[in-house]
Amino acid sequence: MTDSLPLATRIWFAWICFFRVLFDGEFAARAFRARDPNDVDSEEPKLPDPNVDEAALARNGALQLLGLLQREGRLVDFIQQDIATFDDADVAAAARVVHDGCRRAVGSHADIQPVRAEEEGTSITLEKVDADAIKLTGNVSGSAPYSGTLRHRGWRAADLSLPRAMEGHDLAILAPAEVEL
Amino acid sequence: MSEPRHAVGIDLGTTHTAMASVALGGEHRPEVFAVPQLVSAGQVQARPLLPSVVYFAHESEGKLGLPWDPDRTFAVGEHARVRGVESPARLISSAKSWLSHTGIDRRAGVLPLDAPEDVERISPVEASWRYLDHLAEAWQAERATGSSDLGLAEQEVILTVPASFDAAARDLTVEAAYAAGIENLTLLEEPQAALYAWIEASGDDWRKHVGAGDVVLVIDIGGGTTDFSAIATLESEGNLELFRIAVGDHILLGGDNMDLALAHVVATKLRAEGKQLDKWQQQSLTQACRSAKEALLTEPDLEKVPVAVAGRGSQLLGSAVRGELTREEVEAVLVQGFFPEVEASAKPATRARTGLTHLGLPYAADPGITRHLAAFLTRQADAPRALQGRVKERGWGSLLCPTAVLFNGGVLKSDLLKDRVLTTLNRWLEAEGAPPARELPGVDLDLAVARGAAYYGLVRRGRGLRIRGGTAHAYYVGIESPMPAVPGLEPPITALCVAPFGMDEGTDAELPPHQLGLVVGEPVRFRFFGSSVRRDDQAGTELEDWTPEELQELAPIEITLPSEGREEGDVVPIHLSASITPVGTLLLEAVPMQALEPGERWKIELSVREGR
Repeated sequence: MTDSLPLATRIWFAWICFFRVLFDGEFAARAFRARDPNDVDSEEPKLPDPNVDEAALARNGALQLLGLLQREGRLVDFIQQDIATFDDADVAAAARVVHDGCRRAVGSHADIQPVRAEEEGTSITLEKVDADAIKLTGNVSGSAPYSGTLRHRGWRAADLSLPRAMEGHDLAILAPAEVEL
Repeated sequence: MSEPRHAVGIDLGTTHTAMASVALGGEHRPEVFAVPQLVSAGQVQARPLLPSVVYFAHESEGKLGLPWDPDRTFAVGEHARVRGVESPARLISSAKSWLSHTGIDRRAGVLPLDAPEDVERISPVEASWRYLDHLAEAWQAERATGSSDLGLAEQEVILTVPASFDAAARDLTVEAAYAAGIENLTLLEEPQAALYAWIEASGDDWRKHVGAGDVVLVIDIGGGTTDFSAIATLESEGNLELFRIAVGDHILLGGDNMDLALAHVVATKLRAEGKQLDKWQQQSLTQACRSAKEALLTEPDLEKVPVAVAGRGSQLLGSAVRGELTREEVEAVLVQGFFPEVEASAKPATRARTGLTHLGLPYAADPGITRHLAAFLTRQADAPRALQGRVKERGWGSLLCPTAVLFNGGVLKSDLLKDRVLTTLNRWLEAEGAPPARELPGVDLDLAVARGAAYYGLVRRGRGLRIRGGTAHAYYVGIESPMPAVPGLEPPITALCVAPFGMDEGTDAELPPHQLGLVVGEPVRFRFFGSSVRRDDQAGTELEDWTPEELQELAPIEITLPSEGREEGDVVPIHLSASITPVGTLLLEAVPMQALEPGERWKIELSVREGR
């Protein structure tokens, strides 16, 4: 290990990566390959379409998702609050609100399926490995077929559709301030 | 107009609207059309259900733009529903229930009831028009871009209405559809659409489950209303025939009432712990209770489910209130409260009418759905008689005895509730000496009505069995008997049947021999009645007395004879002629005994009422 990022930066970067991996298939592929330094990116880099601002699209998608999770599941409220001073009963009550709402929000916009149907903890044999969908851990050596224990089933967003954003609305407003008259 | 390419079924529901379509020609199956709608400020998404609500934006809100109309200041659908919770006075909901409310002028701007000054009230008809208009625009944007002959106006549209809708409510529904540009239109009763959907989904298998002589009871419990129908299967010259033999009353009672009742239980417990909920939290609690109810109803091992409601501020921790819903409570409230085990002779409680009623919907006074069901089956005990022994022998007791049950509506996804209905029903049947009814399997309760309506477009083209039965009501005009006035006593009236039970689309009733006199140039009003049980009255039958069970008074009808060619104030003798239009609405006309020109007749307005 040559250099390492500080924890705070890593949390921030993990958060960013979550959304980019979710929305940007190419980034996801690159990130996935980056886990293995020997894997060389063999694809020709595509020329970006000058008419589409990819970065803005990705940003809008991420903002929309954050807004959605806040609206339905109060996720931003939850992570913006200091959790340390509350006892477990309070955290549990809040977590139920967040869980119930985010689950509904994600459920109605994405179809999330496990990558592997087998029970976790069972032994499975892999004839070949799709590097995107399967991650080998532990004593990683040899060649296919691989036998091992399924530790995590993995998740795949089989389908994902976010609402279409109308022009003239500021997506950076994740929740408007509310004033009761 | 070009030949339609699609049959489009629209389920214009009390709480949600859905649409499905099927391409005509070829072997296609109905598909649900996901309706683009605002789901939050500035975000549009296509969803299978369009909440049937209109929200009028305040000037501070900016535009509620849609891809096809960026400058819109009102919204229909999900965002409207959510905003309506935060600002209820600007929201119209349950327009369909208002449409069937005989106590108001349904063309007058009354909604929202508590509208603030900057909101212009609209009529129940206009609200329904806005939902349909949204569908037409969405269809245009998604399916017909750049081509006018693909628009909804060019398609064959089947619009569903509750079987219990009276002639005026059907008329008003059609009026709303015409206003939305939907002209190639047919009305279909919702329970029939549900059965069509089941037949379509079962493919050829359905004949294994239903045979000649069966009576299928359709129980449809939606978000806001409950609807019953009975459909008999007959054999005629070796072919099966479906015949709708009875429909129930309009019951404003549905799944939303159940969620509210559960939320009330939890809120009461929280209050006892000193935790008060505001209106907004109450709404979230209802939502949370709906999830909890679904969990408890589908997972038999769960004893209780915690429900948590957040506070309104950004500080979530510490403000979230936690309560719980137990299995016992769900069973007590839903099973005992909404599906009580009652005798077949049970009658739903009715609320005593008070002198001063404020404007509101006539919600069912009794939440016991099984009691409403018992009353329906008792009232309609005679229904199969009309089929002269072509349904299975039942002994013709005091109850209409179904042999099969088709459940529809989200509430009935729960096996617990379905079983409760079925066991209660079968207990009644056993007491009658009839064999138990079985549940028709494999129904997709979601969106069945819209799918079935689209399928009906194929049925009309001969690709499937058609449910017959004609109109579900007979209609009567009240005629005052000439007698000396007695103070404090209303003059007795007789009810003259103008449209018999079971008229088919596109047919006329015989002209009744009875003559009426109309004053030229003055609006003349008649009291108007409907009956869902008097099957044998012909046009011209006069009833001297009847029970409130038999005949229900509807909104009055009105006719003004134009004074052209006649002296104002003259009395012109007329017949009342009834026909059912190809769309499926009742057309009442006055035909003069001595016409001034051939074919002279005047349309009679259904559903007139002065504003209150």
